[in-house]
Amino acid sequence: MSDSTLNLVQLVAYAPLLALLGAVVNGLFGRSLKEPLPGIIASALVGSGFVLGVIALIAYPADAEGVRYTFGRFLQAGDLSVDLGFMIDQLSLVMTMVITGIGLLIHIYSIGYMRGDEGYARFFAQLNLFVAAMLVLVLADSFPLMFVGWEGVGVCSFLLIGFWYGQKENADAGRKAFIVNRIGDVGFLIGMFLTYQVFGSLDIQTVTQAAPAMLYGSAALTGIGLLYLLAAAGKSAQLPLQLWLPDAMAGPTPVSALIHAATMVTAGVYLIARTGAIYAQAPDAAATVAWIGVLTALVAAFSAFAQTDIKRILAYSTISQVGFMIAAVGAGAYWVGIFHVVTHAFFKALLFLGSGSVIHALGGEQDVRRMGGLGKRMKVTGTTSLIATLAIAGVPLLAGFFSKDAILSHTLTSPLLADSGSAVLYGLLLLSAVMTAFYMFRWYYLVFAGEERFEVAKRDNVHEAPAIMTAPLVVLAVGSVFAGYLGIQPFLARNVIAEWLAPVTAAVDFEHLSLTSEWLLIAASGVAAAAGLGLGYWVYAVNKGRLAKRLEPSPLTGLSRSGFGFDAASRAVLVHPGESVAEGLSVLDRDVLDRGMSGSAGAVGLLGRLATAVQSGYVRLYALTMLLGAALLGVLVAVLEVAR
Amino acid sequence: MSVPTEYYVVLSAVLFGLGAVGVVTRRSAIMVFLSVELMLNAANLAMVAYARHWSITGGTHALQGQGAVFIVLAVAAAEVAVGLGILVAIFRNRASTDVDELSEVRA
Repeated sequence: MSDSTLNLVQLVAYAPLLALLGAVVNGLFGRSLKEPLPGIIASALVGSGFVLGVIALIAYPADAEGVRYTFGRFLQAGDLSVDLGFMIDQLSLVMTMVITGIGLLIHIYSIGYMRGDEGYARFFAQLNLFVAAMLVLVLADSFPLMFVGWEGVGVCSFLLIGFWYGQKENADAGRKAFIVNRIGDVGFLIGMFLTYQVFGSLDIQTVTQAAPAMLYGSAALTGIGLLYLLAAAGKSAQLPLQLWLPDAMAGPTPVSALIHAATMVTAGVYLIARTGAIYAQAPDAAATVAWIGVLTALVAAFSAFAQTDIKRILAYSTISQVGFMIAAVGAGAYWVGIFHVVTHAFFKALLFLGSGSVIHALGGEQDVRRMGGLGKRMKVTGTTSLIATLAIAGVPLLAGFFSKDAILSHTLTSPLLADSGSAVLYGLLLLSAVMTAFYMFRWYYLVFAGEERFEVAKRDNVHEAPAIMTAPLVVLAVGSVFAGYLGIQPFLARNVIAEWLAPVTAAVDFEHLSLTSEWLLIAASGVAAAAGLGLGYWVYAVNKGRLAKRLEPSPLTGLSRSGFGFDAASRAVLVHPGESVAEGLSVLDRDVLDRGMSGSAGAVGLLGRLATAVQSGYVRLYALTMLLGAALLGVLVAVLEVAR
Repeated sequence: MSVPTEYYVVLSAVLFGLGAVGVVTRRSAIMVFLSVELMLNAANLAMVAYARHWSITGGTHALQGQGAVFIVLAVAAAEVAVGLGILVAIFRNRASTDVDELSEVRA
């Protein structure tokens, strides 16, 4: 690789610093800047990061084994030495493009969405910090540095979910996200310890290059895999740590878009794809990953059925879609997982930003039961949301179809899952795909089609969002249509993304299927989407939701609405005992420690007051006291003398 | 025939007692002072008497009692100088030396 190419590629190492600069500028001086300026600065810096990413992507030689850019020494302790360095390779470049590209659109959208908000500059500072942390996460060349980004993302999600911290629910949601994420972080930390124990290094490339030589299926590798799975489950909201994501809706809508599409939830998928070489040697861990992903996809899809909050439906949809990605990386098809990250980023960001427009237009209304018919009044939002809905549902020729089909076929054929019920996994995923199409149709129909159910008074005020908000929607819609062609079936055309990612993610060999079975699988995916959409059309457009109403009191609806009761269960198993312990400790603190402290202080005070009574101020009394004391001493001496 | 030591000691005790009663009962600071002097000198008398008693009975440290008396005298002189100075200052301020009125400094 020539020096000039190298320099061009290394430029991308400055993308996180640019975003960080934006955070610093907006964080320190944002208050004194006039309104759109913080947003413009933030967008421009993320945009520059995107440009650097594009340059690096173009300059990057397709066969290179990664370019390193080292800023200096990060840690030095005994034999352990970790550099503060970035690793620029095919995988991190793809992630960088997603983070900065989608991030940029969300930033631009936020300029309009957050207009007039008190915390305007604070919002953009935190948004930039979020992007910076996520970039550090994907660019890091070592696990400890990745952990820095990992934690940074957690902190930023806490800050942004609780952005309107004046209301307790928002602050609580932020805390919940943070605490649940911490559970995953423990997995990451212990996984890192074990990695060092096994590989003697924390450099990601060293580890992944050493992994193929390790004992196939050894307990150590399985352990590492399971621990990183725990970490991934925390960040990517997989069972049983998915609790935080539905509540994360408390933040401003662009934040939801950022968390769900470009950053945060994709971190877990990235982690497993990055450490794919380990999972390729640990089939048990890989199978666990796949099962967790599939079950999450299924449970979350079912939970989305009965939600009534426009963003909550999408939240469960994200959990479900990330479940698909996790299933893909569990199957060892790492490029497929990343491919779905890319396509999902487009349509999920679009869905959230579209919801933002709707919420904006209806003056804060989030209940889909009081929406409907908005497609006529909000043409751009309605049309783009329809595209996103069809894309996520997996309608053929749109982005979601290609990635979802790749996930389905790779799950079925994965050599890692051959002994772990790959056919069952495939079936469940296909079912999830049907459910996805169904609940997404429900979402679209209840919001944009059918009769208008919002207050008559609002009717004249419902308006399309300003151009600064609709422009990103259009760009994302274009992506939602065309992003899938990056990963077209290899027997049809060149699969750009698979070829591009192959040097990093080809840890598992997949055998090629016969042309007939390929077409059968594609047909199955298409039928799944059609079935889900058709079912949705029948239930909501033809049957006018009567069936849904009749099912309303049934336990199934309750199960779906409560998200399978995970929240209530964790409340009963974890939160309530914790509260009881805290209650008990507070009794100990209040009644024993505090009372003991103030009691002894009171006793000392009483003694002091007694002693001061002696200080009468009468000299003659002092003299008398002295005399009596002396006499007493004399008597004492005399008595002792006699006794001797 | 010399006076027996017991007589001196009894006289000393009587003087000390008188002084002590004076300190406790008199309210004029001057009189309190005088009484304190009386007590000091009662103690001096006892010490001199014991010193004499020791020298008569052939003790080796007879001079220690006498020496202590001189120290007491010196301290008493200093105390009188300072004490009377304070008294004069108090009298100038209050036109009284009643010690019971000087009881502001208390808890």
